[in-house]
Amino acid sequence: MLTKRIVPCLDIKDGRTVKGVNFVDLRDAGDPVVLAKQYADLGADELVFLDISATQEKRKTMHDMVLKVAEQVNIPFTVGGGISSVEDVDDLLHCGADKVSINSSAVKRPVLINELSEKFGSQCVVVAVDAKKIGGEWFVHLAGGTIPTEIKLFEWAKEIEERGAGEILFTSMNHDGTKAGFANEALAKLSELVNIPIIASGGAGTIQHFADTFKKGKADAALAASVFHFGEIAIIDLKKELKRQGISVRL
Amino acid sequence: MNLKIVNYGAGNIKSIQFAFQRLGYNAQLSNNADEIINAEKVIFPGVGEASSAMKMLKETGLDLLIPKLSQPVLGICLGMQLMCNYTEEGDTKGLGIFKTNVKRFSNGVKVPQMGWNTVENLKSDLFKNINEKDYMYLIHSYYAENCEEAIATSDYEIEYASALENGNFYGVQFHPEKSGTTGEQLLKNFLEL
Repeated sequence: MLTKRIVPCLDIKDGRTVKGVNFVDLRDAGDPVVLAKQYADLGADELVFLDISATQEKRKTMHDMVLKVAEQVNIPFTVGGGISSVEDVDDLLHCGADKVSINSSAVKRPVLINELSEKFGSQCVVVAVDAKKIGGEWFVHLAGGTIPTEIKLFEWAKEIEERGAGEILFTSMNHDGTKAGFANEALAKLSELVNIPIIASGGAGTIQHFADTFKKGKADAALAASVFHFGEIAIIDLKKELKRQGISVRL
Repeated sequence: MNLKIVNYGAGNIKSIQFAFQRLGYNAQLSNNADEIINAEKVIFPGVGEASSAMKMLKETGLDLLIPKLSQPVLGICLGMQLMCNYTEEGDTKGLGIFKTNVKRFSNGVKVPQMGWNTVENLKSDLFKNINEKDYMYLIHSYYAENCEEAIATSDYEIEYASALENGNFYGVQFHPEKSGTTGEQLLKNFLEL
């Protein structure tokens, strides 16, 4: 039986893991490769690296990092942040990334989704969507959720699927950082609307939040950062409890 | 060991190379017929779309070479699917090594299947020291129909062949290079065949 995936997310700046990582027993928690290996050993099902650096050398440092991760880590990983062309994706896949995640660039030029899925296959194209609920309606936001658009979440999700993406990574700006649970109502609606896997993101605070997003939110995977980085939730404990609640996980 | 990965422009082969490197082996990329014929073991990878991958194979003549190889050959993901008789993806005739067909999952389930699924009904030495219901990482929209050559099955809406064997030819739908320590065990087993 296909299992639900637990996905730690690492923010990367200039080739280093950004703040908020507090593993006591790591010799260098700023080294994304060390951290990634640790997560793979601890039972993470997949990893996401989000590059938030804005420097000119960004591309090269990211390539170096992806190469090192691919060399040493034996689980799949996705790379996102500032990817806007077929060439960008070609480079990252050649360095060993399994999937790439695009966000603002897909909103600005939706045909990019078609181009990528036709050239590389749907399976490696993740479209990340940041959205915020305003007056009862969900609107897509850009640039890490800072710039609002007129685009409605559910219409955009449908378009993402039709253009050939293999997966949607949905972050609720209303829930992100609150540690009060995932946006399960919107997630469930997304899951019914499209037939590609959905990764839930934003709001993880407790183990029960994960259980809820798989049951009520019908998510296929759940992504979180700080609860894992600060050791608030151990992946093994999380998976044991999910299993106890009848949710299929890899243990 | 002389280990070659067939390089015909399909997909992320770096990961396969790295996986063998972690096991202490140097797997080289090649599209040269003599090099491939003389290798002790051959890996036939593939990610992407079936008809364009088959087109690339034909352009290099590898479509004729691969079925004639006599050493152990391991097809991975799309590589395995191309070794079958036929695939619905792009209405593509395969290499005919495995006597089964490849079909698309219905819309009763999320497509692609993405993530970790169990392998069951394990039969071959390829699965030595791997247990029934161990997990492998899969990412695919098309599946090989269950058949006599199946050496592992998985369940996603239906029971399908997640690994195949015919003589010296092996194929796996999952990505052993991305399937943690279980996947590494399978690659090790392949090297010991």
